Formats: sequence, C-alpha cells, structure tokens
Amino acid sequence: MGSITLQGVRKVFGDVEVIPGADLQIENGEFVVFVGPSGCGKSTLLRLIAGLEDVTSGRVLIDGRDVTQAPPARRGLAMVFQSYALYPHMTVRKNISFPLRMAGMDAAEQARRVDHAAGILNLTPYLDRRPGQLSGGQRQRVAIGRAIVREPSAFLFDEPLSNLDAALRVNMRVEISELHNKLKTTMVYVTHDQVEAMTMADKIVVLRAGRVEQVGSPLDLYRSPANRFVAGFIGSPNMNFIEGEAAARMGAHAIGVRPEHWNLSTTDGAFAGRVGVAEHLGSDTFLHVDLDGGTHVIARAAGEIPVDHGDRIWLTPQDGRIYRFGADGLAA
Amino acid sequence: MARKVSTTRKAVMTALAWGIAIVIFFPILWTILTSFKTEADAIASPPRFLDFDWTLQSYAEVQSRSNYFSHFLNSVIIALGSTAVGLLVAIPAAWSMAFQPARRTRDVLMWMLSTKMMPAVGVLIPIYILFQRFGLLDSRVGVLVVLMLINLPIIVWMLYTYFREIPAEILEAARMDGARLWDEIRHVLAPMAVPGIASTALLNVILAWNEAFWTLNLTTANAAPLTTFIAGYSSPEGLFYAKLSAASTMAIAPILILGWFSQKQLVRGLTFGAVK
Repeated sequence: MGSITLQGVRKVFGDVEVIPGADLQIENGEFVVFVGPSGCGKSTLLRLIAGLEDVTSGRVLIDGRDVTQAPPARRGLAMVFQSYALYPHMTVRKNISFPLRMAGMDAAEQARRVDHAAGILNLTPYLDRRPGQLSGGQRQRVAIGRAIVREPSAFLFDEPLSNLDAALRVNMRVEISELHNKLKTTMVYVTHDQVEAMTMADKIVVLRAGRVEQVGSPLDLYRSPANRFVAGFIGSPNMNFIEGEAAARMGAHAIGVRPEHWNLSTTDGAFAGRVGVAEHLGSDTFLHVDLDGGTHVIARAAGEIPVDHGDRIWLTPQDGRIYRFGADGLAA
Repeated sequence: MARKVSTTRKAVMTALAWGIAIVIFFPILWTILTSFKTEADAIASPPRFLDFDWTLQSYAEVQSRSNYFSHFLNSVIIALGSTAVGLLVAIPAAWSMAFQPARRTRDVLMWMLSTKMMPAVGVLIPIYILFQRFGLLDSRVGVLVVLMLINLPIIVWMLYTYFREIPAEILEAARMDGARLWDEIRHVLAPMAVPGIASTALLNVILAWNEAFWTLNLTTANAAPLTTFIAGYSSPEGLFYAKLSAASTMAIAPILILGWFSQKQLVRGLTFGAVK
C-alpha cells in the first residue's frame, strides 16, 4: 500500500513562505510527477513528504496514518536523490543492504534481497565495487537498488536524472517506467523537465511558487490546461501566445496555439509572417516565424518541408486547437 | 598557463627558502648536538659545532636521575587521552553545527575560538583552586581534562570545516534508510570523515604533547609529562646544558618522529577547506 495525502501542508523558511498550503491526493500505485520551474517548491514538497523537512502546518498522511510528526525512517518511504547520495566508503553491496542492516534484518535475507535487486538493475557484476568506480548511470541504479530492497510503500525521486547526459537520461527514464510497471509501487517523482513528466507520469502536478496550478493526466494537461502558465509549461516547444487584436477577434485576451497545431501554407492563411530560423530535423521541421505585427511563434511540421530562412509563410490554427485565455491568465 | 620564472630568480628563491628553513631548524639541531656533548663542551667558547667528543653520558645521567619512561608514559596518556575525549565531545558538536545550524551557530563558533585568545594565566588561579578542592592536582585525569578543554575549540573548528565538505544529501539518505542519529554518525559520517578526524587527532596529540603552561603548573611528579621533565633540568643549581639538551631531545623525539611520518596528513589537515 502507498497512498499519500497532503492536507493544507504549509512550509515557511524564516520569513519566506515556500509552500502556502497544498492539498493533494496520491493513490496507491500511481506514478505522480511534480513539475515546475526551478524554485517552485517541488523539491520542498517532496522533502515534506519524506520527512526531511518539518511541515509548518497541515498534515501528511500515508495510507491514512498521520505521519506529520514521524521521522523519515518511520514513514516507510524510500528516496532517490539527485546526487545519488551513495555512501562512498561502502561497496555497492553494502550500499544496497544499508537500509536492511539498519532494520536489523538477518544476513541471509539481506543477501537474498540485494541479489534480487542487483539482478533487476543489472548490477550483479559490480557488487564489490565502490561508487567511485562506477559510471553515472550505474550509480543511479545503485541508488534505485538501495531504495527497492526496502520494499517501501512509495518511492520518492528528487530530479534523479538531471546529472546524467542526454542519451543516458532517456534510457534511465524508460528503466524507471519499466520498474514502476514491474513493482506497481507508488512513485513520486520531481523534475523540472516537462518531457520526463509527460512520458512517465500517470498524474502530473504542476507547481508554481509553491502553489498547485493543476493536477491531471499528461494528456489532460496537454489538452485542457487550466491557465496560461500550465499551457506554456506543458508541451515542447512551448505553446505560442498571441495577444492583441487577433485574440480579441476570437473573444479572448490571449490565444494559444501549440507549434504542432498550425496548418502551413505558402499562399494564404490566418496569420502571415516570415521565416526566421528553419530547423530541419528530418522527422520534423521547426520554423521560427515572425508574424506581421511582431509576434514570434514556432511552428512544427511533420517531415521535411521545403521552406527556408526569409520565406513568406501563412499559418492557420487547426480546428478546435485554439486555447483562449482571459486577462487573468485563466483558460476561458 | 604557468608563469615564466627565470633560472636566477629560482636559484635566489631556493637559497632564501633554505636559509630561512635552516635558521628556523638550527635551535633544534643545536639542542640535539649539545645533547651528545660533555657539560664542558656544551659551554665551550667559541662553541664547537661537530668536532667534540661524542658521548651518551648526558642521556645516561638523565635516565638515572629521573625516570624518563614514566614521564613519557604520562605524556602519551595525557596526549592520547585528551585527544580521544576531545573527539568524543567534538564530533557530535561539529556534526550539529555543520548539519543542523541554528541562527546563532556562527556566533557559538566564534565564541569558542575567542576563548583561545584569552591568556591562560588569567584563569590559572581559579583552575588551580578547583583542582586543589577536587584533589586533582598532579593527577593524570586532571591534566587530561584541562588539555582536552583548552584544545576543544580547535578540534571543533577543524572537524566543522571537514564536515561541511560532506554533502548533506548523504546523511539525509541515511536517515531515509532508517539510520538513527547514532547510526548516521557511526556508519556514514565518521567513516567519510576519517581523513579529517585523523589529521585533527594528530594535530591535537602534538598540541597536547607540547603543552607546557598547564602541565607545568598542575603537575609535579606522579602525573608529570615530558614538559615537566625538561623543566626539571633548568634547575636552581645552575643550568646543565648537555643534560637539559638530552632531556629535550628525548622529549621531542617521539613527536618529531610522529610528525615526520604523518606530514602529508598534517598538511592536508591544516590547509583543508582553504582551497577547493
């Protein structure tokens, strides 16, 4: 079991209110991602769940049990840190078995669990090495191994992939998703990378300045963002916003169109502009377009299209793919 | 890119460095040489550098007059004991200051250091009276406690700078893994800080070994370490340079040898945190 409930959780550091009051329900077995720009309080929220920070007010419940005052060790959670936080003086085997030793488990059971975890994570050949002798990806696996041997009720991940290079990050992302499918244990994952959030999450929690902006499945957030912030944060490249007269004509303060939702034409369309930079990736083409009137937008077209710097182009939003926002930023 | 240094400049600097080193080392060398002289040679004028009758006579006299080994043992007990007790007190203190700093932690650290700026003689009378009342005069326990206390600020400061270099996330990981405070210190912090703790211990042993003010004032015979033993040779009956030198050489030899073999640790310990 591993459901986590936050009730009016508030955190103040000195004079700074980092989390003004968060309510959140995480169901057993869910993969929940906290996402937001740096400084939005997502790591703090995770640390409050872990018990590494004390909540200023509010309650944290795990499986319905109030753990607000419980120390980290008593919460039955395991955490994977950004820096891996391995014990450098211990071998991989000792690192992974550390939580079991702390729990006073007998040696045979320890060995069985470590071998099992090492098998899952392809670490068996490295059990007698020290963290310093491992690559970044292997260290990350050791950190995950140390978390899974405890069979925790939930896993907490604090930006676990941000120290890895791009190629490895994609691999580890898939590995963590596979691990979740295999273990079916609740996972709470913090990242600033919305691609990680979109690809891994069952449920995304978008945070800004300590406030929960929206909670929903990746496609919910993609299809119906609650406000301009969420709309701009989810999706890559970011949603284009057009304000002024064109927006007013559609009855909104601002309209948003995702780069992949433009129809392109070289003859006519809703918005005319000139191509600035054209990025030809083969699979996709990204066009940076300066619209007449000064707004800069990005358009994404599938495949190779014969458009280049300086070309004249017309963009038309696809039917039903226009997002309207009021002056307050909320979706209209 | 490295700076270009001319050969002449290099030679001058090297000569200068050697010159300064020899000036600093000369008194120790002279002491060692004098210890092998007869009393007559020791006060000969002009002084004789190497062309004297080498003899172990002074060493034999010193050993027969006062029991070197009992003083040596006292020095060892006091230096190691005060270091061990000091570490027991300082490790948790430095831990809390490095990893759970409060609003006034910096002030506490500065205050601790400021106690080192106070002249020791200022508190001699109260401490002496306390020792008298508690029957601690000329006891190893008493000296051990005083030396532990006077070196405590240095131990705490050194450990504090070491601990600050250890990522807090590793200790948090240990907490998540179910380690209680003591497990965290014993299984994670202490092993990671071994180099730092070792150089701190080493420096403290040297400081305690060489400490003379308190040992001279608080011990006479039973608990007297080597400092008191040396002082015994600058006696009212006149100075006997050869015997005094022999006693000094015997007193500093152990710590000099220890220092020689642990140079690397010491240098690392003293400059740690200065450069990253």
